[in-house]
Amino acid sequence: MKKIAFILFAISMAVLSAFDNRIQQDSIKLPQGFKFQIFAEGLGTARHIALTPQGNAYVKLGKVSNGGGIVMLQDADKDGKAEKTTAFGNFAGTGIAVKGNYLFASSDSEVFRYALDANGVVSNPDKPERIVKGLVNKRQHASKSITLDNKGNVYVNIGAPSNACQEVDRTKGSKGMMPCPILDSAGGVWQFNSAKLDQSYAQGKRYATGLRNIVGLDWNTETDQLYVMQHGRDMLFQLYPEYFDAKQSAELPSEVMFALKDGDDGGWPYIYYDHIQKKKILAPEFGGDGKKTGGEKAVDPVVAFPGHMGPNGLLFYKGSMFPERYRNGAFIAFHGSWNRAPEKQKGYFVAFVPFRGGKPSGEWEVFADNFAGVESIDSPGQAQHRPCGLAEGPDGALYVTDDVKGTIYKITYAK
Amino acid sequence: MLNSVARPWFNKFEKNCFVKRGSYLLLVLVVFTGINVFAQTASNSVTDKGKEVYDANCLACHQIDGGGVPMLTPSLVNAEYVQGDKVRLINVVLKGLQGVEVNGEMYDNPMPPLAHLSDEDIAAVLTYVRNNFSNKAGPIKKEEVAAARKATK
Repeated sequence: MKKIAFILFAISMAVLSAFDNRIQQDSIKLPQGFKFQIFAEGLGTARHIALTPQGNAYVKLGKVSNGGGIVMLQDADKDGKAEKTTAFGNFAGTGIAVKGNYLFASSDSEVFRYALDANGVVSNPDKPERIVKGLVNKRQHASKSITLDNKGNVYVNIGAPSNACQEVDRTKGSKGMMPCPILDSAGGVWQFNSAKLDQSYAQGKRYATGLRNIVGLDWNTETDQLYVMQHGRDMLFQLYPEYFDAKQSAELPSEVMFALKDGDDGGWPYIYYDHIQKKKILAPEFGGDGKKTGGEKAVDPVVAFPGHMGPNGLLFYKGSMFPERYRNGAFIAFHGSWNRAPEKQKGYFVAFVPFRGGKPSGEWEVFADNFAGVESIDSPGQAQHRPCGLAEGPDGALYVTDDVKGTIYKITYAK
Repeated sequence: MLNSVARPWFNKFEKNCFVKRGSYLLLVLVVFTGINVFAQTASNSVTDKGKEVYDANCLACHQIDGGGVPMLTPSLVNAEYVQGDKVRLINVVLKGLQGVEVNGEMYDNPMPPLAHLSDEDIAAVLTYVRNNFSNKAGPIKKEEVAAARKATK
C-alpha cells in the first residue's frame, strides 16, 4: 500500500514539476515575436539597471546584500544568462547609469561615480568618487534616480518627502502649506556637473520643480531633452471623501510623463492632472474640489496613465533589434499600485508608448505583462515580481529588473 | 513561482488522501470550521464596528488582507507589533509611526496620527486587527485607549 502511495506521489511530483516549468516559461507575456530569458535571479531588491557598450549589466540594489549595493552581471558566452556575478559598493539605493567611461550610482542622499576600464569593468570598486552629497533623505520618496545628458550633466530626482505638502502629512483635515516649503530642497529634479566632486545644493541647480516624486527618468537623445515619469499623489478619497469616491480615488490623479526644459514646473502640490477630464485640477489641500482647474504655469503632461501604478522605470528605445515602430518610443516599468484599494490593484507591467519626434504617435499599450504571476491583485504583497528598472543592451535587447525577488528579464525579438 | 509555494501543502494533502486519511482530515476541518463560526457569531458587533473603522482608515495602506505594502507599509499579518504590548499598539494609532524598524525592516511611508478617532472606534479597530489577519490576541477596551490617550497629553 505504502509503495503504491509512494509511486503515485512520485508521479504527481513529476507532473507538477512539468506544469511548473510551463508556468515558469509563460511567466511574462509578450507581444508576438518577442521572447524572454531569465538573465539573472535572486539578486534581492534589484532597482535600476544600466549596461555598458560591452554588455556588462550593473544593477543597483535597494538593500545591501552580500557586501554589495551594486551587482555586476556578465554573460561572456552570450547565452542570455549571466554566469558571473560580482557585488561591490557598500550602499543601498536606486539610481544607476553608464555614461562615457564612468558608472554612476546613487544612495538615497548621494551620487557616486566609478571609472570603467576598456572592458567596461569598474577598475576601483572600493574607491568611488562622490560627486553629490547631502541631499534630502527622509525615507518617503527618498530614491535618487539619475540620468545624464550629452553635455556632462547628471540629473538627480529629489522626491518630496510628503504626499501633498499638508501641514501634517497624509492627515485628514490638515491644510496644504502655501507656498510649499518642501520645494526649496526637494520635489524636483536637480542638475549637477557629472565630473565635479562633493557638490551639494549650492553647486547644483534646481532644473525643474513641482515634481512630487520621479523614479523613472531618461534623457531622450532624439530630442536632447529630459523626460520623467511622476508618481502622482495618494489618498484623494481617504482625505476628501466629500469630493471623491473610492473608484475616482483609485483612478486619479494620473501618473504622468513630462518632457522638461530648464525651469519647468510640474505643478505639485498645488495641482494634479486628471486624464478623464483632460485638465489640470486644483488639489483639494489648496481649495480644489475635483473640478476647479489650476496650474496655468505648470507644464502639460506628454502622456497620462491611470493612477497609482507606480512608474519606476523609463527608457527611450534606441536599438534596431525590435521592430521599427518601437524605435524612439518609450518603455515604462510600472511597479504596481497599492493606493487603489479597496479596488483591484493595477500596473505590475511594462508599458510602451510609440513616439515620433519626441511626441507620442499613438496610445499607450501593455508591452510585457504578468510579472505578478497572479490573475488579479488585491494587495501588492501577492505579486511575485514587480518591474522596476529598464535598460537597453548594446544588441538592442531590453532588460527589466524585479525588486521583489531580484529577477532580471532579458527581452529579445526575432522575426 | 506561486506554484512552488503552494506545492508542499498540496503534496501533503494529496499524500494524506492516498493513505486514506482523507476522512480524518475532513472531520478536523468540519470541527474547526464549527468553532470558527461560533467564535465569529459571539463577537460580531465588535468585529463589524472594527472592520468598518479599518476599511475607512487603515485599508488604503495596510490593504484588504492586512498585508501592507512591501518597503512602504508594514504587514499586520501575524504581527508581533499587533499581538504584543497593547499600550504600544494604541500609541501607534494615536501618534502615528515613522522611521521605526518593524520586524527587522524599515518602511518608507509615514503612518499619520489617528487621534481624531474616538476611544470606542480605536478599541474596536484594534480588537478587530488583533483577531484577524492570522492574529490571535485579547481585545482592547475603550477604557485602555482613554488611559493611553490621557498619558500622552
